[in-house]
Amino acid sequence: MSAAGPDTEQRAARRAGLRVAVLLAPALLVVVGLFGTGLGLGLLQSLGYQPYLPGWSWTTDAYTGLLDDRAVRASFVLTLRMSVLATAGSAVLALGIAMLVHSTRRGRRLLTAVLQVGLPVPHLVGALAMSLMLSQSGLLSRLAYAAGLTSSPADFPALTQDRFGWAVLAEYLWKETPFVTIVALTALARGVAPLQDVAATLGARPWQRFRHVVLPLVAPAVGAASVVVLAFTFGSYEVPAVLGRPYPAPLAVVAYQRFTDTDLAVRPQAVAIGVVLAVAVTALVAVYLRLLDRLGTAR
Amino acid sequence: MRRAVGAPLLVTGLLAGLLAPLVLLAVWSVTRTWRYPALWPQSFGDRAVRVVTDPGSQILSGLVTSAGIAATVAVVSGAVGLAAGRALGLHSFPGKGFVRFALLAPVVVPGITVSLGIQVVFIHYRLADTVPGVVLAHLIPATPYATLVLAAAYTRFDTAFEDQARVLGTSPLRVLVHVTLPALRPALTVAMMLTFLISWNEYVLTLLVGGGSVTTLPLLLFSAIGSGDTALAAALALVVSVPPLLLVGVTARALTGAGASTGSGETLAALGRA
Repeated sequence: MSAAGPDTEQRAARRAGLRVAVLLAPALLVVVGLFGTGLGLGLLQSLGYQPYLPGWSWTTDAYTGLLDDRAVRASFVLTLRMSVLATAGSAVLALGIAMLVHSTRRGRRLLTAVLQVGLPVPHLVGALAMSLMLSQSGLLSRLAYAAGLTSSPADFPALTQDRFGWAVLAEYLWKETPFVTIVALTALARGVAPLQDVAATLGARPWQRFRHVVLPLVAPAVGAASVVVLAFTFGSYEVPAVLGRPYPAPLAVVAYQRFTDTDLAVRPQAVAIGVVLAVAVTALVAVYLRLLDRLGTAR
Repeated sequence: MRRAVGAPLLVTGLLAGLLAPLVLLAVWSVTRTWRYPALWPQSFGDRAVRVVTDPGSQILSGLVTSAGIAATVAVVSGAVGLAAGRALGLHSFPGKGFVRFALLAPVVVPGITVSLGIQVVFIHYRLADTVPGVVLAHLIPATPYATLVLAAAYTRFDTAFEDQARVLGTSPLRVLVHVTLPALRPALTVAMMLTFLISWNEYVLTLLVGGGSVTTLPLLLFSAIGSGDTALAAALALVVSVPPLLLVGVTARALTGAGASTGSGETLAALGRA
């Protein structure tokens, strides 16, 4: 029996390994089979590869086409600006609101409940609501008229279908700030109050307490939430499609325009924009995580 | 302690900012005429509400399509996550770091990149413009979330309960049904609610893979917004929003009712993706 020891041990280890493989197989089928295939084929197609078609050849035409295209360069800048503003804006607002909710006793439950109402609502609904709020005949414009600030819709600044994308940014902030706030509140609830009291007793000023006690505690959670916001806003289609201009439009919108273009020759450009989106967002997330890391260590 | 004087004002402003857009949608859905610069509609009417609740309309079939796709995505990704979550939560194995990384990749990389790349395969295998194709596309963002939620739950799960049942001669299937699943029920509920919402709210993947032939509610809403019929678009927006709100409300209640220890903050946090 003792001679069979290592053998059965090995067999047990192999069985455990097989078990893990079987458990993971369906998830890997989705992540590698669908996601990996899509990403890999996107990259290959942007370089000229055409599966199921004879007579394709490798080429970087799609990328040189994008580089030469002023519309695409403008789109890239617009996408980057919008995504960074939405991420930074929602993080700052969320920290402020979380501190506010945390420090108010009256209306705290109500505020927390209301913060959660918008969470499951689709972005498309948010986009429609923002156009009803912010367009030149929207509610804010009417309020400006009632206050005597404007005398016609044209007097009100164009916030939808505008060059900057104010309504797009407003929608992102309206949808994502509550999300980041809830995450920050969850982190705060894990006992920041006693630490703050200790810091206060030791003579820390409010800003010092915020910078050295609260911020390091909530930074990891808020950072993780912000990565989700960053990634989402970078690749978002429907919000700028409803609230923004067709030109210059964010990269996701341009990708869809080129993909559905009647000129089939620009189709590889659509896939190439997809690849650019993926590379840029990954780089952005990496930079962001590094910044966050520094914020956490520099106490 | 110093009390901030402006706090009540800030709270009121915040409440208004959060709720005003949704209230405005509700008012527009029952509006007949509301011309600039009036602050309140000139007249109300139930035309838009009647259109979206008409059983013969496209909206009802859109509702059925949306619910069917989302339910399928929730069940499939729930099952997939249950298995993969167990491997990640309870076992250590070579390449675990890679698996975690691979699961996070679909969270970061935009769905439009992947669907543009995979479309050619979907066309070849006749999955483009079909409901199964759309379900497969929705599984890409849904599966990672289901797996990560369930993996977290498995790390808190004590396998000794399973061993006890098995020692007493219970079959593996019965162990799963009567021991494992009840213990993981809160997390599984959260995972399925979350993946249902991800699918229900998805727009661009459905548009690309479904090619306009698979008309879910968000697609109908998008064209209603484009049509310029504001009342109709607002009413349809409510139809799209109410099921998610009900679902989250009911799930939250069920979870607190069960005395579950699943962090509600975590749950809600995960909703950010939806």
